[in-house]
Amino acid sequence: MVLMIVGMGIVTYIPRMLPFVVFNGGKMPPFLQGVLKNVPYATLGALIIPGILLINKDIWFGFVGFLSALIAAWLGANVIIVILTAITALSVYSFFM
Amino acid sequence: METMLAVSKSSQFRQGVQAGVSIAIGYMPIALTFGLLAKTTGLSLFETVLMSLIVYAGAAQYISLNLLSLGTGVFEIVLTTFILNIRHFLMSASLNEKVEQDALWKKALYAFGITDETFAVAATKEGTVTTSYMFGLNAISYGSWVISSGIGHLVGASLPQSLQESMSVALYAMFVGLLVPALKKQRKTIWLAGLAAIANSLFLFVFHFSKGWAIVGATLLAAVIVELFYKESGEADCG
Repeated sequence: MVLMIVGMGIVTYIPRMLPFVVFNGGKMPPFLQGVLKNVPYATLGALIIPGILLINKDIWFGFVGFLSALIAAWLGANVIIVILTAITALSVYSFFM
Repeated sequence: METMLAVSKSSQFRQGVQAGVSIAIGYMPIALTFGLLAKTTGLSLFETVLMSLIVYAGAAQYISLNLLSLGTGVFEIVLTTFILNIRHFLMSASLNEKVEQDALWKKALYAFGITDETFAVAATKEGTVTTSYMFGLNAISYGSWVISSGIGHLVGASLPQSLQESMSVALYAMFVGLLVPALKKQRKTIWLAGLAAIANSLFLFVFHFSKGWAIVGATLLAAVIVELFYKESGEADCG
């Protein structure tokens, strides 16, 4: 078991660490730099959808969470408030459903 | 560009810790449940905490429990973990463009703490990401993950079902909270996030990619397409 855990740890660490070592110092070609600058926002899109809609068998559960977070964030709330808004909205939703 | 000279290392560390508070809160219910599931799967407290200490990757840890209970072999579990976590390669490569220059061993050290969540917070931060900031961000997130897994195993019970369900939205809400300010500032980000969201859904449901590959594929596809075809008038720099 411990051996398996260590193995899992190694294969998880390698992709996390490798880019820092391999691309250390060297300047990337501009196109690649552009792509890498795009990565955070693309990742966020992929991390949110469809995951948030699948947190409950009831797809509306996730949808309510998504919409409430979206509205709070759009109104300029900081991240903690966005989270609390979504949790509160879902607590209310669960209470009535 | 802001000058970082005036800002001391310790305040950078503190800023990282503050930025990580929402991650730490979001990790709690997930790690508590992991600890509980690990116990029911037959892992000792030591093994449970060790896994959170060494692997520190939520989805992979959950799946490994699932595979263990199905009697899957060690090699297959390690391989599944690898495939699931390849996506961090892309995140590290992207973050590498944004962090301050520092000794390689320090970068290699904080690279251990890169998760979907810490990446999302660091990558959407304004300005350069300093080494101290990364350590602060990692410290609180990692601490919460490891300690909560241990508590989950020890207490052998997780939060009440209804609260846990509501809290399961926390990390997603955090992602939304990080993305929206950028959406409001630049139309380009709407294309990036939207395309990646659609591609990820297609890869998962139509092409039945595994979760790790779907995220990698969707992210790359959106990042490349937008870079090739999106030209914003007066657009200079992003992020």
